[in-house]
Amino acid sequence: MRIRHPKDFLTGVMFAGFGAAAMVLSFGLTIGSAAKMGPGYFPFALGAFLAVLGAILLLRSLIAARKAQAWPVLHLKPLAIVLLSVVLFSQGLRPLGLVASTVGLVVLASTASHEFRWKEAFLNAVVLVVVVLTVFVYFLEFQIPVWPQLVSGRM
Amino acid sequence: MELLSNLALGFQTAVSPMNLLYCLVGALIGTLIGVLPGIGPVQTIAILLPTTFALPPVSALIMLAGIYYGAQYGGSTTSILVNVPGEASAVVTCIDGHQMARQGRAGAALSIAALGSFVAGTFATFVLAVLAVPLSEFAFRFGPAEYFSLMVFGLIGSVVLASGSMLKAVGMIVLGLLLGMIGTDVTSGAHRFTFGIPELADGIGFVSLAMGLFGICDIINSLEKRETRDILKGRLTGFWLSRSDIKASAPAVLRGTLCGSLLGILPGGGAILSSFTAYMLEKKSSRNPESFGQGNICGVAAPESANNAAAQTSFIPLLTLGIPPNVVLAMMAGAMMIHGIQPGPRVIASNPELFWGVIVSMWVGNLILVLLNLPLVGLWVRLLSVPFRLLYPAILLFCCIGLYSVNNNTFDIGLTALCGLLGYVFHKLECEPAPLILGFILGPMMEENLRRGMLLSRGDPAVFFTRPLSLAFLFMAAVLLILVALPSIRRSRESAFKEG
Repeated sequence: MRIRHPKDFLTGVMFAGFGAAAMVLSFGLTIGSAAKMGPGYFPFALGAFLAVLGAILLLRSLIAARKAQAWPVLHLKPLAIVLLSVVLFSQGLRPLGLVASTVGLVVLASTASHEFRWKEAFLNAVVLVVVVLTVFVYFLEFQIPVWPQLVSGRM
Repeated sequence: MELLSNLALGFQTAVSPMNLLYCLVGALIGTLIGVLPGIGPVQTIAILLPTTFALPPVSALIMLAGIYYGAQYGGSTTSILVNVPGEASAVVTCIDGHQMARQGRAGAALSIAALGSFVAGTFATFVLAVLAVPLSEFAFRFGPAEYFSLMVFGLIGSVVLASGSMLKAVGMIVLGLLLGMIGTDVTSGAHRFTFGIPELADGIGFVSLAMGLFGICDIINSLEKRETRDILKGRLTGFWLSRSDIKASAPAVLRGTLCGSLLGILPGGGAILSSFTAYMLEKKSSRNPESFGQGNICGVAAPESANNAAAQTSFIPLLTLGIPPNVVLAMMAGAMMIHGIQPGPRVIASNPELFWGVIVSMWVGNLILVLLNLPLVGLWVRLLSVPFRLLYPAILLFCCIGLYSVNNNTFDIGLTALCGLLGYVFHKLECEPAPLILGFILGPMMEENLRRGMLLSRGDPAVFFTRPLSLAFLFMAAVLLILVALPSIRRSRESAFKEG
């Protein structure tokens, strides 16, 4: 059996997976009855519906005799770099402070572009540090750690 | 007369110096972000949501509304000058607008877009003011069954606009409803799907979800495409419209305004549907339809007026019934809830100065846009020439700082990255995130009304079919679903999405 429509197939798998997960997790909650619905009733019903939708999509992608479609093309580099830079920022903000985290985020995220240049990225980072400090810290007075914990002596 | 006193109250609120300032700031930064290629109103609102959190609710909503139409206006600027529509509603503006720009008439195109939008905005604000009170009084008669059915209707409406497979769009709605279930169940206090993570007890933050699915995900997608841009070189001149331009476009503006005002109210309607419809109408009713696509000024005037009118009137279902008709208004609903205001018929009665203030500020904001944006267009053009490789790290950074400021915790930033990943998967599988956002917003309300309705009927689901209004909503939802599924409509729908 060949997968004629990979995007529908994968969507089906995703929906069925999410639906099944919702059903299983709802079992841990009180389901209740139609007249007195517990916290698990509506999620369980939604999960079941989503799983059925997923199954239909899945079957259709195998049976429907349409022209075979392409598999989605992934470019993992920009995805991984952008997400990584965001996660690192979130992890670094408290211990390292805003300045260091900003430089890290901007430089790392810049490497995701096919036009990346070190000098330019650093320059951009410096400019953005100044912007962020004036706008968010000075004017809007965000409560945000600016310097690393060791320097500022903050716990 | 009550209308006049209401509008007077609105004016008092809207033109207080603080609110005027926030309206101005919102319109300005909305344009600033919206002008960036590939970023439309949804992304702009997602990125800028946190900036409004520190404000009192009235000012925050005024600023958000400003951001919304600022972004929409910025999107048309980009369409005309760069031929990269920021979002679907600007796609049709590209067709004739960019041709006009190539013929050296970019100034005229921008002017008619601004003036048409202003005329449309004025009319639509008036429609909103007239319809709001009777509609919200009508909504007071709704019981839980009616609300549930209305939400079903609203959600099905979002399927109409989603490009691609209908099954997928319905699936995305359900997935959104499920994501909306995460957190503490209001009725029983039970924690649902929180996996023992304390931060999830309040549910997934709306800002995280919206920013991940729209802001971060779109940056990743743009990085993949490696697109080069066709930026208009040279100075912009000729903002004044000639007499023949005005004569040609005035009827188009009026037709677009009417079309947009009407379509904006419908669920699933709003800016996108109305600008497409207005363009098609204009082309069909024109004496020389072949001139469309060659830089016909009516091809800019009609859709621009229509999408602005619709942007305004689509507030009607949100503010009177509590149902966001499209994804942008879902963002507004999310923002209102963060400020502790439940959108719905009660808003007018309980917060009249908020309601009328926001309505009047929309008109004021449109005026600000006309007065400010045409002189500032040179600045926007210069912004367009900043390369994407310098812009996107800045956008990412502002997203992260904004996210941190929402709850002063870093959990939201990580959650946003996860939502970005999810958005990437959706994009690759050609599943549109807009229905998911609507489902997410409506999920908790829908469940509450379902539970209350079923409790009142002692578990008999017939209550949804025996109450006439509820039945009418469900019937309309079914008709809509069948219409979308019909092969002939499906084809024209697909061609409409391909036009850009």
